[in-house]
Amino acid sequence: MTNKYSPEFGQEELDLLSRLSNALSVSGDEQEVREIVYAELQEFKDSMHTDAMGNVLVHREGSGPDRLRVLVDAHMDEVGMMLTREDGDGLFEFVVVGGIDPRQLVGKPVIVGRQHVPGVIGAKAIHLTTKEEREQVLKVNALRIDVGLGGSKMVEIGDRATFATTLQVLGPSLRGKALDDRLGVFNLIQLLKNAPDNIDLLAAFTVQEELGLRGAKVAAYHFNPDIGIAMDSTPANDLPHFDSEVNTTHNTKLDGGPAIYLMDGATIGDRRLIKWLSETAEAEGIPWQYRQPGKGGTDAGAIHKTRAGVPSVSVSVPQRYLHSPAGMVRIDDELNTLKLMHAALSRLDKSILKSQEN
Amino acid sequence: MTFEILPFLKSMLSVAGLSGYEASIRDVITPVWQELSDQTWVSSHGSLHAMCYGEGAEPRPKVMIAAHMDAIGLMVTGIEDGFLRITQVGGVDPRILPGQFVTVHGSQSGQTVELPGMVVMPPAHLLPKDGQKGPLPQKYLLVDTGLRAEEVEKLVRVGDVISFATEPRELSGDTLSGHTLDNRASVAATTFALDMLSRRKHLWDVIAVATSQEEVGGIGAMGSSFDIMPDFAIVIDVTFAKGPGGGDAVLFDMGKTITNTWGSCDHPALYEAMKATADEYEIPLARDFAPSGSGTDAYDVQIAQAGIPVVELGIPLRYMHTPVEVVSIKDVKRAGRLMAEFISNLPLDFMNTVRWE
Amino acid sequence: MKSDELLNVLQMLVETPGPSGSENLIRSKIEAEIRDHVDEVYTDALGNLIAKKGTKTEGGKRVMISSHVDEIGLMVTHVDDNGFARFIAIGGVSPFTCIGGRVVFMNGTHGVIGMERLDKDEQPSLAKLFIDTGATSKEDSKVGVGDVCGFERPFVTLGKRLVAKSMDDRAAATVAIQALKSIENTPNEIYFVFSVQEEVGLRGAITAAYGVDPEVGIAVDVTRTGDTPMGVKMEVALGKGPAIKVRDSSFIADPRVVNWMVDEAKAQGLPYQMEVLEAGGTDGAAIQRTRAGVPAGCLSIPCRYVHSPSEMVDVDDLQQSVSLLAGLLSKAITF
Repeated sequence: MTNKYSPEFGQEELDLLSRLSNALSVSGDEQEVREIVYAELQEFKDSMHTDAMGNVLVHREGSGPDRLRVLVDAHMDEVGMMLTREDGDGLFEFVVVGGIDPRQLVGKPVIVGRQHVPGVIGAKAIHLTTKEEREQVLKVNALRIDVGLGGSKMVEIGDRATFATTLQVLGPSLRGKALDDRLGVFNLIQLLKNAPDNIDLLAAFTVQEELGLRGAKVAAYHFNPDIGIAMDSTPANDLPHFDSEVNTTHNTKLDGGPAIYLMDGATIGDRRLIKWLSETAEAEGIPWQYRQPGKGGTDAGAIHKTRAGVPSVSVSVPQRYLHSPAGMVRIDDELNTLKLMHAALSRLDKSILKSQEN
Repeated sequence: MTFEILPFLKSMLSVAGLSGYEASIRDVITPVWQELSDQTWVSSHGSLHAMCYGEGAEPRPKVMIAAHMDAIGLMVTGIEDGFLRITQVGGVDPRILPGQFVTVHGSQSGQTVELPGMVVMPPAHLLPKDGQKGPLPQKYLLVDTGLRAEEVEKLVRVGDVISFATEPRELSGDTLSGHTLDNRASVAATTFALDMLSRRKHLWDVIAVATSQEEVGGIGAMGSSFDIMPDFAIVIDVTFAKGPGGGDAVLFDMGKTITNTWGSCDHPALYEAMKATADEYEIPLARDFAPSGSGTDAYDVQIAQAGIPVVELGIPLRYMHTPVEVVSIKDVKRAGRLMAEFISNLPLDFMNTVRWE
Repeated sequence: MKSDELLNVLQMLVETPGPSGSENLIRSKIEAEIRDHVDEVYTDALGNLIAKKGTKTEGGKRVMISSHVDEIGLMVTHVDDNGFARFIAIGGVSPFTCIGGRVVFMNGTHGVIGMERLDKDEQPSLAKLFIDTGATSKEDSKVGVGDVCGFERPFVTLGKRLVAKSMDDRAAATVAIQALKSIENTPNEIYFVFSVQEEVGLRGAITAAYGVDPEVGIAVDVTRTGDTPMGVKMEVALGKGPAIKVRDSSFIADPRVVNWMVDEAKAQGLPYQMEVLEAGGTDGAAIQRTRAGVPAGCLSIPCRYVHSPSEMVDVDDLQQSVSLLAGLLSKAITF
């Protein structure tokens, strides 16, 4: 390939990903990430706009003839919480936005609202609990966000909240919140800045993925692309089996490279695109893996059903512990995902749509 | 040196110091106590003792202030594919563990290495039946350090301690959240008292003790009491503040009062004397009922050698034994001030009044 | 040759009954075994056998080594008109390991354990069990209320694996005895305590530790393993060397003692394992809590099927434990 692109993960990249990961951008209020995307992509300001739902859409034109119009998607929103009722001084009842296992909420520091007001989700002292109580999951309606005495002046109901997690490097790994899907946002920013000219890159930074792929639906309608690719993050359930049996349903594994989707709950991946991605990885010597067919879904679920249909596929960075206070990914997997996407886009032409493998 | 309570307390919350492994917290407290006392030394179980001599004629009576400095946490029981299996040090409700950030205290060529990690829940399909729904029993939880298996094998061994890594954070209204405010809030209060006493006349010898291993059974307090044998002891620990999920048993409003324990570990005459001092100085002091013992160092201090009269103070705290405990700094200062006023007003013959009627 | 001696001592100890509170017989056997190798030997008020060896010199410490010589057993609570004896446990006895078992009373009477019928889904409990001593009536019974028995099982060797009842803690007592014999010069004043009543709450070690007033203490005891099919999760395995206790549910070993033991094992090139035991306690906890507090640890011998009549240890683990213990005690203690 010409146009060799070898991404690195240095201080500049760590800073950007930290800002993205640490931002509070719960589905329905993605303003903080939108601002970062705008600030990063000033060079595209004339071809960038925010649509009716809040998606940030960038049209980056290529230069050759016969260019494919390729939608690449990453969602800006994250799962989180919203304050719903004041229950005493500085104490708030809340609901969960998106899918968070309530077992992940107890005893965690949080941030609330645009000002990132510090708070905590406490739990009854173990000394005061009964054995029966400890055998029950603490339900969300029994928990409160506590921002401290007099805190009712600092925040208000309707404010969104998320875990007070900051991105950290742990040896070969990154640990941070909302890496689902800020890694995708990060990668899409990098792809735009280093875009190959053989395609028209239609970048969609979408909203409300966690509430049912809602932003991607209108973004894809707007772009009406030839093909669509969702860049997301997928669970790596590669933990040991308690009784040392083989873990046959790991979904993906860390250090396995980018995960190419065959089928999830929302999309059956386009065979031509799957082949294109896996062949690119092989040709470039990039480690890759299939995401085991299973449940779940990415924005591809919305994109492929848009208008008269869009051949679509998903590529994900494997990640442990999604939708918890922090996920964990390998830096190598992240870089290899970016590398694969760039190499694949660089070799893309219209012939891909001629073959009939479906 | 001017002593400032909030930075000192935050610095104490930033180190581990699990029960039995208190060196790191002791090292934070020692220089501060050295400034405020005549002499410091360490007990055979690692409790820190600081002596502030009184001005009375010898033989002087002595009062001990005991506040435990150890922390609850976790310990490595096994290593599997780079993941750590864990058990507890002290009492942790396993329901608060998933998703907690921790520090694994491993070692490399004899030097301690601190590895950041987090407690994680394996997916249900990797667990036996009782791990497939409901709260996960602790035996199924793992710690992931983000390191690859071969690296973990080099750095971590069975028995290494794991501390909570939640950073202290100031919440609104002069409150502070963090792990191990139980009982470093009381160490801060004790230090506040020593600071006040350093500028006051007091007849009695005062020995402050930051005890070890309270969370695993009052081990440090047991030995220190035996060793020091004070005329009486003030044991200060945290108590339950009103708050979410607290239930009806919890009585005290954080930020509004500190407590004076009334129960089997507490000498009534000392209780009354402390109450009188609080009234005199208008320090709100509520009665905390502990008819069968309060589960603090007091339990072991009281029965050292031929017995020691004890009075117990409490600082209300929310979410005890979670990494997001919350305490009011105002209460911490109140407790420190009350101890200082009480001690500086002790007459040499005070013990004559500590009697059963 | 050394190995034979170790096995002989072990066999003698495990085949002697001695439930908590009835340690006379086992105490006298141990006393005879060690008398010629120590400076002084005495029995304290609770019945602990205490042997002193060495005099404290430069760099030395007063050290207490405690291995308990009692074992779990049963005590008769009632003998019915037909001669069947009901009982309670002395220490942690599981009904599962009783059923069909045999016992021997301190007066030499033998008995077998039988069980009442169980209701559907009922779990066996000690209350459902009884001892049949062959008596046909209350009058005919050679045992009565308060009589004590231990479990009866012969000592067998299965290659390197050794099986008997009361490996807990006679395996450890054997290690202490062999270490005691092998120590020639020491700057330490060592008190080998063969403690009583450990199985009912470390009671012997509590008074022994107060009396000895040591500067450092090590319990020698067995620990369970995680190396059997679908067993408990635990890293300790049979045959992988002495286990150095970091903690159990009774105490947290002093890190200085832990490191002292690790360093000695490394220096001798012995295999060793770190032990975190989530259930069970040892004399180490009693030593630790004495007077103003004593740094204490525990040298553990990996043992499968603890508190069953067929406890299994590994002979290499035993020999390495002897070597580790003797090495620790023969040199100045520098912490």
